[in-house]
Amino acid sequence: MRDTKRTEKIAFALLLAATIVVVTPVLIIFVLILFRGLPAITSEFIFAMPREGMRAGGIFPAIVGTIYLTFGTALCSIPLGILAAVYLNEYAQKNWLTRVIELAIINLAGVPSIVYGLFGLSLFVAFLGFGSSLIAGSLTLAIMTLPVIITSTREALSAVPKSFREVSFSLGASRWQTVRYVVLPNAIPGILTGTILGMSRAAGETAPILFTVAAFYLPRLPQSMYDQAMVLPYHIYVLSTQVPNVSVKIQYGTVLVLVLMVFVLNIVASYIRAKFRKKKTW
Amino acid sequence: MQNSKLKIIETNKLNLFYGAFHALIDVNLQVKPRMITGLIGPSGCGKSTLLRVFNRMNDLIDGVKISGSVKFENKEILSDAIDLITLRKRIGMVFQRPNPFPLTIFENVAYGLRIHGEGSRLVLDEAVQKSLTAVLLWDELKDKLSLSALELSLEQQQRLCIARLLAVTPDLLLMDEPCSSLDPLATMRIEELMNELKKEYTIIIVTHNMQQAARVSQECGFMLLGELVEFGDTKQIFTAPRDKRTDDYITGRYG
Repeated sequence: MRDTKRTEKIAFALLLAATIVVVTPVLIIFVLILFRGLPAITSEFIFAMPREGMRAGGIFPAIVGTIYLTFGTALCSIPLGILAAVYLNEYAQKNWLTRVIELAIINLAGVPSIVYGLFGLSLFVAFLGFGSSLIAGSLTLAIMTLPVIITSTREALSAVPKSFREVSFSLGASRWQTVRYVVLPNAIPGILTGTILGMSRAAGETAPILFTVAAFYLPRLPQSMYDQAMVLPYHIYVLSTQVPNVSVKIQYGTVLVLVLMVFVLNIVASYIRAKFRKKKTW
Repeated sequence: MQNSKLKIIETNKLNLFYGAFHALIDVNLQVKPRMITGLIGPSGCGKSTLLRVFNRMNDLIDGVKISGSVKFENKEILSDAIDLITLRKRIGMVFQRPNPFPLTIFENVAYGLRIHGEGSRLVLDEAVQKSLTAVLLWDELKDKLSLSALELSLEQQQRLCIARLLAVTPDLLLMDEPCSSLDPLATMRIEELMNELKKEYTIIIVTHNMQQAARVSQECGFMLLGELVEFGDTKQIFTAPRDKRTDDYITGRYG
């Protein structure tokens, strides 16, 4: 009896310790960024162009660039990813070809992001001649996030009870009608959650945009999708390694803005998930 | 009963394989219209599989092979030429567990009509009222049509599922253990409903509950290990079975 109690205590202590070890660095990082970055956040910092070689002024073009890029990525990858997931989950027969495709998708999710960057450079920037531009960057990030979107969409589709599909078919609905009116509406919350998380990851990536869109210093807003743009993650990299004598305040302020943008996306995703989980009763 | 000589379903040497498993063996069955035909037998005997042949639901499962002939109103339904959408409109199915969509009561009943292209609110309203009336839910629910179907009791849900089916005006209703998740009182009321429905529809019911088959069906088949062992008048099956295996089953020696 005493032994069981002791092991129970030890197990509890170990598990708690592991959790604390995991959570502490995250908290420290966040608090550090918040306290050092907050003083930098002024309306000028958010809404003005950078000045004096990025040592003063604001980061407005980088914020706008990040928003454009994330939207561009969403526009390319969400429809494609959802359609591919619907095909794989609802239409494709289980044979060696679909297994190969599934394996490829899983492996794509594990490819280092710099490889996507180089791929985007050779395909979109050079071969298709988009140059370093928003469209090249969006397409590169889209390809990088596709595996995430396809996988999370498939999970959301699989979570829709089989009986819904059976009833729909038994009433004479075609496969597409069943997908359109029964499966997709019930999978939307899961799909949204997964895709938003994919987007938040894309918004924070540096390597894939390095050669495909990011501008070192461009104190104006992009005019078209064929323009280069400043983007927050790359801007942070530049501020911390390429430009001498940048005040720590500006560096942390920039980081804080990016973290908050990603944070907002994550909160939206969690909110959607929580809201629909309550309504779900099957 | 001038139609009683006709048959609405006729199978001939029907064989079905799930991969290597021989699930239906040489099934020859004739189902007459406007009555309730029961299929009984122990779990895994193939009765649900047989039911799912009639509306081709087995098509959804990979690795199913079917041979032989199944005719619905003298038309072969196993051929590739058959239009599954029309077939399934005419042959509806009620499942074991009530499975309404997570939609409103109205939208559940309207679903079938909507997917078949009916957009007029007037027609939908009328069909919903008619279908809910047929399953005796209209008076209870006429003011709650915009309520989620998931808030209904299990019995109401199963009635709703039947109403959803009736809305697409089928001729044949396949019921796959429709009362297995209901309590005895609800079961009794669903059986009363079936007795009402048989005036206008043909019903084939699969049940593991022998008493239920005895109560509601006029003709009855006993299945065992994929074979249709015996088929005939329900009274005769339950009082004077010709096959020893049927006798063993209905007297409770196994199953």
